[in-house]
Amino acid sequence: MNDLFVYSLRLGDDALISAQRTAEWIAAAPQLEEDVALGNIGLDQLGQARSLLQYAGQVEGAGRSEDDLAYFRDERDFVNLQLCELPNGDFAATIARLLYFATYQHLLYEELRGCSDEQLAGIAGKAVKEVAYHVDHATQWVLRLGDGTEESHGRMQAGLDAMWPYTGELFASDDLVRRLDVAVDPASLQDEWNRRVMAVIEESTCTRPESSYQHSGGREGRHTEHLGFLLAELQHVARSHPGATW
Amino acid sequence: MIEPLWEVFVRSRRGLSHVHVGSLHAPDATMALRNARDVYTRRQEGVSIWVVPATDITASSPDEKDEFFDPAGDKVYRHPTFYEVPEGVDHL
Repeated sequence: MNDLFVYSLRLGDDALISAQRTAEWIAAAPQLEEDVALGNIGLDQLGQARSLLQYAGQVEGAGRSEDDLAYFRDERDFVNLQLCELPNGDFAATIARLLYFATYQHLLYEELRGCSDEQLAGIAGKAVKEVAYHVDHATQWVLRLGDGTEESHGRMQAGLDAMWPYTGELFASDDLVRRLDVAVDPASLQDEWNRRVMAVIEESTCTRPESSYQHSGGREGRHTEHLGFLLAELQHVARSHPGATW
Repeated sequence: MIEPLWEVFVRSRRGLSHVHVGSLHAPDATMALRNARDVYTRRQEGVSIWVVPATDITASSPDEKDEFFDPAGDKVYRHPTFYEVPEGVDHL
């Protein structure tokens, strides 16, 4: 398979699955203002997903549109990070995931916007401003929950700990990213990611999650049991009424 | 927990004044500013935001309406249009 296609698909799937999870908070967040904030973040991610999947389809050259790629692939064909598909948990767990993921995306897009592929560089250049705000939003909440009440501190720590075993996969290098010259090798982002995330965790008075077993497999289409349910909700209307428009 | 209420003012573009657009809840000023960004400028409504604790605003009371505002009603001479510009004064 075409390396550039798979690479665009990886980034697009990360964004699409994150958008779907984030959207689950709409009308369920702790306050109306947070509903809108998370809604905005989810829509930013969806916009990134659309650009990336559209580009993937174009690169593949088999006539698949962004919708075909989003709605008519099965679980094993999705190559997103497992972190993105994890259930939201409580608000603190969602915020922990957003801190980990947005910091990763920010570093990645910062690199990617200077790459030699004009399309990818353009998508990254637009997205980098969006994810900078996502990082800020997550940071503000980690600080407030971590350094808040005993209850909020406990929940923030639990959230950071629960998402931690899925962060190793963010930085897993493989043959494809080493072969493809426009790709950012995620391994190169890990030190800076650690520095930034740890600075927030320390300031929040939480503690660094213990090193633990790290899950992997998302890039090869191996997922947690949660992705299937997410896809069922994401895809069922498009599959029940193929070709429907409104 | 009910969070404090903040009044939000947005300047739509350079050169104009900040205009009150609504209010929102937030735990502190930093979050109030971010919430305002998310709630009130998501469709490019502004280039600058102020947030003010609602409790810091002193408002006129509807009960004082008569003595506050009615006396201005018949003072037409307070409007510049009341005066005729003398002939020969071009650049007033």
